[in-house]
Amino acid sequence: MKRFVGPVLLSALGTVACATPQSAEPPRAAATPVDKTSGDLRSPAFFEATVPDRVERSRALFLEATRVFLHPRCVNCHPAGDSPMQGDAQYLHDPPVWRGSEDRGVVGMECTSCHQDQKLDLARVPSAPMWRLAPRVMAWAGQSAHGICEQIKDPARNGGRTLDRIVEHSAHDPLVAWGWTPGAGRVPAPGTQALFAEIVRAWVESGAECPAEEARR
Amino acid sequence: MTVKLQVNGVEHAVDVDPDMPLLWVLRDVLNLTGTKYGCGQALCGACAVHLDGQVVRSCVTPVQRAEGRAVTTIEGLSADGSHPLQRAWVALGVPQCGYCQAGQIMTAAALLAGKPKPTDDEIDRSMAGNICRCGTYPRIRAAIRKAAGIADD
Repeated sequence: MKRFVGPVLLSALGTVACATPQSAEPPRAAATPVDKTSGDLRSPAFFEATVPDRVERSRALFLEATRVFLHPRCVNCHPAGDSPMQGDAQYLHDPPVWRGSEDRGVVGMECTSCHQDQKLDLARVPSAPMWRLAPRVMAWAGQSAHGICEQIKDPARNGGRTLDRIVEHSAHDPLVAWGWTPGAGRVPAPGTQALFAEIVRAWVESGAECPAEEARR
Repeated sequence: MTVKLQVNGVEHAVDVDPDMPLLWVLRDVLNLTGTKYGCGQALCGACAVHLDGQVVRSCVTPVQRAEGRAVTTIEGLSADGSHPLQRAWVALGVPQCGYCQAGQIMTAAALLAGKPKPTDDEIDRSMAGNICRCGTYPRIRAAIRKAAGIADD
């Protein structure tokens, strides 16, 4: 075999705390020794109150949502290549897997060979319905917020979705939802799915403006 | 809860917790011990079986996922050990300790069912998740090629 699979250290699948994200809201009490959260998202109301210009507010809202898009729980399965990443350190998926022709793995190594459609208490394998890779045209890894924004707005690269359907997808898709309930001690995506969807909705309603290429969260 | 499933062509109704791993049902309830317990975390491939023809890691597959579906284990791959992969395995003496081999063969069988003439790269990608501590990988690949009727280089 060209790729030898060495012993897998279960501990390597563990999680490490994310850097505390910036927030204009009062910091929460840091009573626990290990931060198992990714922090909160700022709400649309915050941007409404602090960014009066519609275009700038729309861009700021998208930047806030980018904290979710580029969080390891989300971007790990939106890779630039043909293999997903894993863990907060974003190393290549172990065992080695490839997207295959339909983004569901190759024969004998389909995503759902291991990933179940329901929560699994007996093992650490992440599970949610329809576990699969995002298509290659939806790669977020290595992209700027501007690049992700343009992709999400482009029906040719967003699964043919209208912006309203993007909001719906953000709010209710069960695989998206896994990002906030990853289980097994994994650090969830920032905020909540509901708040994330509110931000995406506010971004759409404010004109779906994209941040400048150099903009970073 | 009673779960109905077909295993190697035989209908079964098992009274188990629906979250019980399929592997437990196969080995401890149905006494089909050809499928092995390796890591219990879907990381090694020793427990690979087919569910409606697709490879699943039975150690992490809740038995309720198999409800009303067809499971094939190494015991059901052929009635008499005559599957081309089984014959190739014997001909080339693939196993060393043998513990992982049921999973290797079941994964390889799914590969050949989907790709009767796989390239070496396709073999490597499909088999990449089946670990062999004895390092029989070159013989595994050679046996898959032999079963597929692919001439030696």
